Amino acid sequence: MSRLLGAVAFCAVVAAAHPADAYKIFVSNEKGNTVSVIDSETMEVVDTIKVGQRPRGITLAAEGKHLLVAVGDDDTVEVFDTDTYERLHTLPSGPDPELFVLHPSGNPLYIANEDDNLVTVVDLEARTVLAEIPVGVEPEGMGVAPDGSVIVNTSETTNMAHFIDPETFEIVANVLVDQRPRFAEFKPDGSEVWVSAEIGGTVSVIDPKTHEVKHKITFEIPGLRPEAIQPVGVRITSDGETAFVALGPANRVAVIDAETYEVQDYLLVGQRVWQLGFSPDGDLLFSTNGVSNDVSVIDVGARRVIDTVPVGEFPWGVVARPE
Amino acid sequence: MGHASRALRHLTLAVVGCAFAAVSAVAEADEFRIGYIHPAERELTLSLIDRPREDFGTAGAELAIADNNTTGRFTGQTYVLDAVPVGEAAEAVAAVERLDAAGVGWIVADLGAEALLEVADAAAERDMLVFNVGAPDDDLRLRDCRENLVHVIPSRAMLADALAQYLVWKKWPRWFLVTGSHPEDQAYAAAIRRAADRFGGRVVEERVFADTGGARTTDTGHVQVQARMPVFLQNASAHDVVVVADESEVFGTYVPYHTWDPRPIAGTAGLEPTVWSSAHEQWGAVQLQNRFLDRFGRRMEKEDMLAWMAVRMVGEAATRAGAAERQAIADFMKGPDFQLAGFKGQALTLRPWNQQLRQPILLADGQQVVTVSPQEGFLHPSSYLDTLGHDRPESSCSLDRG
Repeated sequence: MSRLLGAVAFCAVVAAAHPADAYKIFVSNEKGNTVSVIDSETMEVVDTIKVGQRPRGITLAAEGKHLLVAVGDDDTVEVFDTDTYERLHTLPSGPDPELFVLHPSGNPLYIANEDDNLVTVVDLEARTVLAEIPVGVEPEGMGVAPDGSVIVNTSETTNMAHFIDPETFEIVANVLVDQRPRFAEFKPDGSEVWVSAEIGGTVSVIDPKTHEVKHKITFEIPGLRPEAIQPVGVRITSDGETAFVALGPANRVAVIDAETYEVQDYLLVGQRVWQLGFSPDGDLLFSTNGVSNDVSVIDVGARRVIDTVPVGEFPWGVVARPE
Repeated sequence: MGHASRALRHLTLAVVGCAFAAVSAVAEADEFRIGYIHPAERELTLSLIDRPREDFGTAGAELAIADNNTTGRFTGQTYVLDAVPVGEAAEAVAAVERLDAAGVGWIVADLGAEALLEVADAAAERDMLVFNVGAPDDDLRLRDCRENLVHVIPSRAMLADALAQYLVWKKWPRWFLVTGSHPEDQAYAAAIRRAADRFGGRVVEERVFADTGGARTTDTGHVQVQARMPVFLQNASAHDVVVVADESEVFGTYVPYHTWDPRPIAGTAGLEPTVWSSAHEQWGAVQLQNRFLDRFGRRMEKEDMLAWMAVRMVGEAATRAGAAERQAIADFMKGPDFQLAGFKGQALTLRPWNQQLRQPILLADGQQVVTVSPQEGFLHPSSYLDTLGHDRPESSCSLDRG
């Protein structure tokens, strides 16, 4: 009995130390072969998970209990327990997985295989490959409609956004975008998908019903050569009003009015900014800065960089998990 | 894991192959035939590990055809390669006739300057666009321009400028220039001198290594090299770097570690400015390298990348123009919206006045890419890439102004 009381008391202490809104931020470090775990309370790295070779894409599954990490040079996706950081198993991802997206229902996972011009569909429970979908050359970006009705893959050398039916695994449309499309992000209401083109320097706003590019966003930063502006990661706030675009070697995150497509601000972050991820409440946005080995913390409401967190070598992907 | 994953990969490729066949059988595709004229035999190199293989260049062209066809599945376009090995210039012109008869619309030419111009002129009569992947001669960009000739290969001036920018950035401005005795070596040396003037380097001493003939490979090996090369290079004016201009591969490989003074080597040996290195991995290049290695079982070489870029240029322009007509494709390629993604971190575009492909230049030593030029701090009013090579005011070509 006393032992039980002790356990209860311990739990209470733990709960007090971590209020309900505390969370963890997981950052994949491409060169370091690690995932840095940042505590949201202190904004410091509290743990480092050793992972496979060249970790890039990172996401949560199993209602936040699992952390999925694409380790491209090991040709697999590793699955970690988000509490114990224990490696639970790997997934048959196909060769060189880079980015992936989880179906809104929690299963399956759609993985871009850069080297084989394929999107691999993996059942997370059975850990089996459900389908391999031939797409363009060097598939990279993966997006999913909020209602799960369509998957979008971008292919970097073909320069297209491929719209894929998640039931039949057939491509239903191909939309030509600018050079080296890297990322696809749906608006929360599903009305648009935004595709960034790293070398083209633009973001194409595509209507997923008509498959037409309805607008192309361009960027201009005084004093910076246009070639340095290389859009990669894209995130849109849950109210659909504001979009953030990571601009690579421009070392900035663009803030865009998602209704008018007007670029309203450029936030100076670390060097070579790759990907972006929101905090669970959406109040903060984290950017991975590949060259400066840190993560910038952006206050979404204030549109201001409020903190910089040193992480591992060559940070690439980021995802936050409520505690 | 290794065997299983390899087996899976083969299976996957087979499945994909079938899918392609099925699609192209159904869709009525526009067919694009691209010719590739290349030397039947490439010259021997000094280093055994650089010895050319028969499929140098052809393999790159084939991979680009496959990449174009992957995209072509979605656009109703199919691409076919027609590779023609040639012995001498006259054969090259004959090859143009043959390719024309076979319905080829675009020719990728890995030839010397003279043969290239003959091919370009023969191709002009047949409404064919020619891509230069073999001649780095600056004259072709300065005077001898042709409306139907596009330069994919960087000029010597571009290479020399790329090297000069780095050496100056590194604060190694005093160069000891050692040149071969063949015209192309002299041309390379001229580009180095010009680059020194432009970027603040200084050629403090020059020597010519005369080619007295002889074999590229010998059993006697290093003993004589070790005895003679340091002596040849001794008592030079104080210098920071030895710059080698030996395109003909007579002695360049022997210079590193055989200098009199302990100095780094650059130019055609040591740190080499180049369009491609099989060690290049940045900006997604590792994907291209892997794709190439999987398919051909060897590393991707310069000749492969040049051919890949040329064939991709046709594919990219055809996709963007949404047309199959030669004129529409040429117009798009020469227009302001054309961009090629070539794994160099920025878009590659054409200089409109002489149709030279603008491109960053890798500086590589055979093991790694040391740096990529243009370097920070070398400014240009319109494109930093135009700090490499002859700029518009220096060229008497004005293809875009008729």
